[in-house]
Amino acid sequence: MPAQIRKLVVQVDETRLEMNRPVEPPTRRALAMAVIANPCAGRYVENLDELVAIGEELGGLLGRKCVEALGIEPGQAQSYGKAAIVGESGELEHAAAILHPKLGAPLRAAVEKGAALVPSAKKRGGLGTAIDVPLGHKDAAFVRSHFDAMEARVSDAPRASEIVVAVVVTDSGRPLARIGGLQVSEIKGQDGLR
Amino acid sequence: MIEIRRLLTHVEDIHHEFGPVAAQPLRRGAIAVVLTNPFAGRHEPDILPMMDALNPLGVDMARGLRAAMDVPVERIEAYGKGAIVGSAGELEHGALWHVPGGYAMRELLGWKGDRAAYQRGATGAGVAGGAVGQPGNALAIVPSTKKVGAPGTALDVPLTHINAAYVRSHFDAIEMRVPGAPAADEIVYVLAMSTGPRVHQRVGGLKASEISKWDGLR
Repeated sequence: MPAQIRKLVVQVDETRLEMNRPVEPPTRRALAMAVIANPCAGRYVENLDELVAIGEELGGLLGRKCVEALGIEPGQAQSYGKAAIVGESGELEHAAAILHPKLGAPLRAAVEKGAALVPSAKKRGGLGTAIDVPLGHKDAAFVRSHFDAMEARVSDAPRASEIVVAVVVTDSGRPLARIGGLQVSEIKGQDGLR
Repeated sequence: MIEIRRLLTHVEDIHHEFGPVAAQPLRRGAIAVVLTNPFAGRHEPDILPMMDALNPLGVDMARGLRAAMDVPVERIEAYGKGAIVGSAGELEHGALWHVPGGYAMRELLGWKGDRAAYQRGATGAGVAGGAVGQPGNALAIVPSTKKVGAPGTALDVPLTHINAAYVRSHFDAIEMRVPGAPAADEIVYVLAMSTGPRVHQRVGGLKASEISKWDGLR
């Protein structure tokens, strides 16, 4: 059964000035969220395949929404992250079933390549609960300029039997990043780390 | 005077609220800019020059929001606006947004009135004494809220029908917040629009199809 989506939210956050210094080009982060019914809410379900399939569906949908909102070619995406907030009639493992087994492949297709692990966060929460979606460079997890997080929340979700699923894609690192470490120009992009 | 530090757009599709799934989801959107507050930390008696300076920003934001929502202007049925002033500012700095924010959206949506007359203090949101037929679009006053708040403060931006403020199906509000803003010396200005009534509206009152006075109210 496909995801039962109540609400889809897309945000773009663009920073042009930081400490009154121009950020050139501006950093841009896109967040796409789906509020879905949790088919396993309210009871213990041993086999979570239904949620795994929903994760696969949403990885592509939300990834494409982010790229579209940024108005970029998939290959121009630089960092990504994912997260889920499970309503109180669900369990943390439901978030894990959506996020971990199958969400990544279609998300990587939406941003091209994606050798690096997709950083993630999950929690149980109520209406308006915020989650900080961790971000890392899509091809090399150690790129220090791209370690970041974007706050995600939906004011009227998740209801007890819902899950909020969030994906973030950026076309940039932090504004005015200057603490060294592995640089984008040094990425080998083979092992997902460096 | 006007320096955009940050810009955030928010677009949402509401498919249902635990009732029948809408054939076409309700799309609501908001755009927020984070600006440096030029009056932070002091009482400046004459703040009106900033109202003029905000006019082009309002126009850019109205267009930017329409583009982010990706619908033609004809599909915009409700609007609202708001401001969140950082802690080194005052509520009056948020009030500067009334004219530039409101009229930017109204003009985008087809209002034919005289913005300058309103700015000089003329009254009347729509057409005095009513009109015969529909004299234009976006006749209704743009509802608003404002507050002084900390970074990440949420603002409930009211939404009402663009042609008649009493249309009950379109009374709504959209929550907008910018994580990390406004800092003490910043202001967040917000515009919001939506493509229709609440997704399961059913509490009666004036319907959009019954607008007849074309005075901005009914």
